[in-house]
Amino acid sequence: MTKTGAQILWECLEREQVTTVFGYPGGAILPAYDALKHSKIHHVLVRHEQGATHMADGYARAAGNVGVAIATSGPGATNMVTGIATAMLDSSPIVCITGQVGSKLIGSDAFQETDITGVTLPITKHNYLVTHASEVARTIREAFYVARSGRPGPVLVDITKDAQQTSCEFDWDAAKPQLPGYRPDLSPDAKEYEQALELIQHAKRPVILAGHGIIVSGAMAEVRTFAERTGIPIALTLLGIGAFPASHPLNLGMMGMHGEAWVNHTIQEADLLLAFGMRFDDRVTGNLKTYAPNAKKIHVEIDPAEINKNVKVDVALVGDLREVLDELLPHVSSVDRSEWLDFIDKLKGDSAVRDIQNLPDNGHLYAAHVINDLWRETRDGDTIVVTDVGQHQMWEAQYYKHDRPRSLITSGGLGTMGFALPAAIGAKVARPEAEVWVVVGDGGFQMTMAELATIVQENLKVNIAIINNGFLGMVRQWQEFFYERNYQATPLLNPDFVKVAEAYGIRSMAVTQRAEVVPAVQAARQHDGPVLIDFKVEQEDTVYPMVAAGASLHEMIRRPSPIVETAADE
Amino acid sequence: MMNTFVVYVENKPGVLTRVASLFRRRAFNIDSLTVGRTEKPEVSRMTITAEADRDQARRIEANLYKLVNVLLVENITNQPAIVRDLAMIKVAVTHEARSHVLELASVFRARVVDVAPDSLTIEITGAEDKIDGLLEVLRPYGVLEMVRTGIVAMRRGSKSSAVASVGNNLAHVIADDDVSYSV
Repeated sequence: MTKTGAQILWECLEREQVTTVFGYPGGAILPAYDALKHSKIHHVLVRHEQGATHMADGYARAAGNVGVAIATSGPGATNMVTGIATAMLDSSPIVCITGQVGSKLIGSDAFQETDITGVTLPITKHNYLVTHASEVARTIREAFYVARSGRPGPVLVDITKDAQQTSCEFDWDAAKPQLPGYRPDLSPDAKEYEQALELIQHAKRPVILAGHGIIVSGAMAEVRTFAERTGIPIALTLLGIGAFPASHPLNLGMMGMHGEAWVNHTIQEADLLLAFGMRFDDRVTGNLKTYAPNAKKIHVEIDPAEINKNVKVDVALVGDLREVLDELLPHVSSVDRSEWLDFIDKLKGDSAVRDIQNLPDNGHLYAAHVINDLWRETRDGDTIVVTDVGQHQMWEAQYYKHDRPRSLITSGGLGTMGFALPAAIGAKVARPEAEVWVVVGDGGFQMTMAELATIVQENLKVNIAIINNGFLGMVRQWQEFFYERNYQATPLLNPDFVKVAEAYGIRSMAVTQRAEVVPAVQAARQHDGPVLIDFKVEQEDTVYPMVAAGASLHEMIRRPSPIVETAADE
Repeated sequence: MMNTFVVYVENKPGVLTRVASLFRRRAFNIDSLTVGRTEKPEVSRMTITAEADRDQARRIEANLYKLVNVLLVENITNQPAIVRDLAMIKVAVTHEARSHVLELASVFRARVVDVAPDSLTIEITGAEDKIDGLLEVLRPYGVLEMVRTGIVAMRRGSKSSAVASVGNNLAHVIADDDVSYSV
């Protein structure tokens, strides 16, 4: 059957189970938009193409499926760069489709021409330039396959205007992916399994380091069985949160730069690290020279390029985590680890005393309280929290106890401010039944708050909690610790967020007292439209503990004890 | 140490950029890179040399392997291989020097490919050190111009890196030193 490239594009997206795309039209992608009216696919009009990529990313992470963003050539395409890099660093499967000037104009610096495949080469898993309608079908099929298989990642497909306009014979079955060099299905051999089992057998102080790969692989049940059968406690990376229930007795909590003190100490004292789908990011290890000095390391990882990149490991099991654990599970047995677990418990005791949670209510509003109250109110439902980047992100990771996978969506590797609001839109579209909360700082919110209009236009029930401290808080914290409190360019002059929300027709309120937190959250949940709450929290609060960049994992800056409440109390 | 990688890639536009960009992105310096056709029209073959220690060489290999258009990567640094570089050297010659230069060329089994009244152009093929050797002895006469292709390499013996044998799962990065990443 003869179809235009544009028609083929939509038909292929439908066949790839796409129901929603996030996009913004423009000249070079207009033929595709023209053909949209015959498609069943719903198009969400964003306010900036960066938003479209974050929405596709949020969609992908919430659904466990490929998210799709569409933009025009030139500025439309370059605006996607931040979102693509975000998806790349966090292994999120998205397909970005961009229009390109006509194939005869390529290389002529035509209006809105950008070499977007060149620009995105190092930040995509793979990308394509399509110059003929006959290449559209195969390319889209390959793009989806590459994006979601192996270690997932973003794929960009740049389609020239003439490739969208011209017609060709369309045959889905004939357009099978042809990727002779792409083999995402690696698996370890028997010898490597034996070596791993040998190490597990003899370990006295083992810890599992649980990463994003568990969620990507869908290995939550296997990891849980493994931990319970072996009695090995689990520490989580930021993106690993939700991979193992926070309420489980073997869950230690988050590790790394702002990880719990006992978790970091546990890792440093361990004699065996079992890294499950994590990549030893510098935010997790601290100084590599002193990282877990007495521990053997087993690395279960699907991407062979991650092996021995940062941390030299003793055994590498390259393959899909779930398959690897299925292989290991029959051979591991229960061991009495009470001595090791008691040791960890003792480490915990000290930290609990220092926790800001234990402060009496003296009228100050702390972000920790806001987030903990939010968790108490929403813990029982199917809730997705989408965080931005900075202090509020770390507090959320510490004080919101996630029990389910895909219940926290956040930008980890790239640390992209402005991620939360659009990603939450994508998450809500992916899982309309879920309760979606944006937890965002006052700085990051202003980077992409134009997408409030998208929420309203799409009539989405998304709740927004701004943790408003009037600072670029995490940068201010670094200035406090490492730059003698020289607060250059970190104080923010903010608009009245309540009025901003009102201008969009979004219900809104401001909260300044701890006692008002729970009623505000309850009111937001009861309202059937989107709600924005401006939590005006302590301005100079600090995320503790903190491992300074380059310091050893056990050398943490701790919350002063007794707790100093505010700078004014000092 | 200097590592030699043989990389089979799909013969498609932009693949060279992807490979070169990967070295730049991961902060490895390419010493030489040659690319050309193979016995199969849809496959191109690159020989890449780069300075890297063992771990780095492994990471280069693993990252190359991740490129979708890369079919096969072999690190042949520690394997018996034929390694060849080709150079053309234009040497200034006076009437008296001409016979000396011709003699040197013949000692090195190089060929004279162009003769002009005051210069000779010599073509030499061989391992890099052989070419360096000839260059050294020609320098006193005055090297006017030189070009080298960079090395191409092939393993010795009947064992070939059959790109055809796709499907082998060889990505065992720790256990076996000699195993390369394969498709």
